[in-house]
Amino acid sequence: MTAKPKFAMYWAASCGGCEIAVLNTHEKILDVDANFDVVFWPVAMDAKYKDVEAMEDGSILLTLFNGGIRNDENEHLAKLLRQKSKLLVAFGSCACEGCIPGLANLSPVGEIVHTAYNTITTDNPNEIYPRTSYDVPEGELHIPTLAKVLRPLEQVVDVDYFMPGCPPESHQIAAVIDLVIKVVKGEAELPPKGSVIGVGDSTVCDECPRARNVKMIKEFKRIQDIAPVDSELCLLEQGIPCNGPATRSGCNARCPGAGAQCIGCYGPAEGVMDYGARLITAFSSVIDATTPEEIDHILDGIPDPTGQVYRFNLAGSLLKANREAWKVK
Amino acid sequence: MTDQFEPTIIGFTCNWCSYRASDLAGTARMKYAPNVKLIRLMCSGRLDPTFVLRALSSGADGVMITGCHPGECHYIEQNYKALRRFLLLRRVLNGLGIEPERVKLVWASAAEGARFAAETTAFVEEIRKLGPLNWGKADDGPQATDHDQPSFAHGKEMEVPA
Repeated sequence: MTAKPKFAMYWAASCGGCEIAVLNTHEKILDVDANFDVVFWPVAMDAKYKDVEAMEDGSILLTLFNGGIRNDENEHLAKLLRQKSKLLVAFGSCACEGCIPGLANLSPVGEIVHTAYNTITTDNPNEIYPRTSYDVPEGELHIPTLAKVLRPLEQVVDVDYFMPGCPPESHQIAAVIDLVIKVVKGEAELPPKGSVIGVGDSTVCDECPRARNVKMIKEFKRIQDIAPVDSELCLLEQGIPCNGPATRSGCNARCPGAGAQCIGCYGPAEGVMDYGARLITAFSSVIDATTPEEIDHILDGIPDPTGQVYRFNLAGSLLKANREAWKVK
Repeated sequence: MTDQFEPTIIGFTCNWCSYRASDLAGTARMKYAPNVKLIRLMCSGRLDPTFVLRALSSGADGVMITGCHPGECHYIEQNYKALRRFLLLRRVLNGLGIEPERVKLVWASAAEGARFAAETTAFVEEIRKLGPLNWGKADDGPQATDHDQPSFAHGKEMEVPA
């Protein structure tokens, strides 16, 4: 049997939706199996970290890495898979820019742990928290240690390609799988290193079927507070904070097309250095007011401005985290 | 030399009013704090909030945005855009733990050299009181990679997080 190129997929700080999206490629998954030897994919098969450690450096052709780097286990696997892989792809929004887990960068890590073990449904009167190491008769046990902030993959290791989306659309994944198979067969060439793959080259607005005018708005409202939402008109022009203007195309404007605002999961559009900054500009452009008082009154309609403009992108933004989070000593 | 903290401040000025105000302050030999490094834009409406975030993440302690008075913009209404961006940007910065006072918006016409000088000095003093931001310092900022394991997460302190 001739050796097939090796494929790996790993999840760090993520939800598992990226794995589901890969399986959602339906029969295309059979092409992966036909063309690759799947050597490591904790969600789909049994494999041990020591098996990966025993592999030769660079012996895995393609690794899809989803999830951000939140603890020392994530970091170890990121470095290990970088070492063992020829092509390391930051797969999905978490690995590319932090995604929803990246919003935890708004709080110091101690506060996060405290919240997790003291929610309304968690009865913890004695304030008991997990330890990262514990002595048992058989030896010392360890659980992963949280880092003070979550980092996208690129801030930890060198990344070859980026594939954004929460999760990446299955038709985009299928196209990328096809491309890699063609490259393996010598029928196509890889895009330049550092490319964002499986995406469009414009913004969600460009793919959005809704009509855009130059209407200005007097108030921002949450979508659930507007009835009925105009099905033809741009959502931003209806006063709904829609993240489309800053967001990379590639999803066929799925959310606005279905009547919900874009939340920005495909990350910054081409040429956008800071996603939040671009959205600040976009939202400001529709505000119909010229006095600070009136503008502030309209802005009160966005209850969580930081979360709104950095919903998926905080860990990958210029400032990356709340000051209190990274100042923790 | 005293040991007092000297803030680094980036100032964005518009070509038609506030840059000329700073020019006037200079030719009139008015004294004002030297901490502001000016960058001239054609208009305050050119101010992309990215510029401010880039400045703060790269080591600036404060950012001053200046433009023509409302109603007097060379490009008719672009300074209103700057105002709207500024107000939303301050809210976003607040959520990131950056005091909104670190970003200031000043209107100054070409004739207001004295106002420009006074506002600059006042801003420098305000930032001096707030202290350094230190966002871009590799060992102390969110960029840190090798030193970012919080010490309290090792061992028993984990049991009683702050």
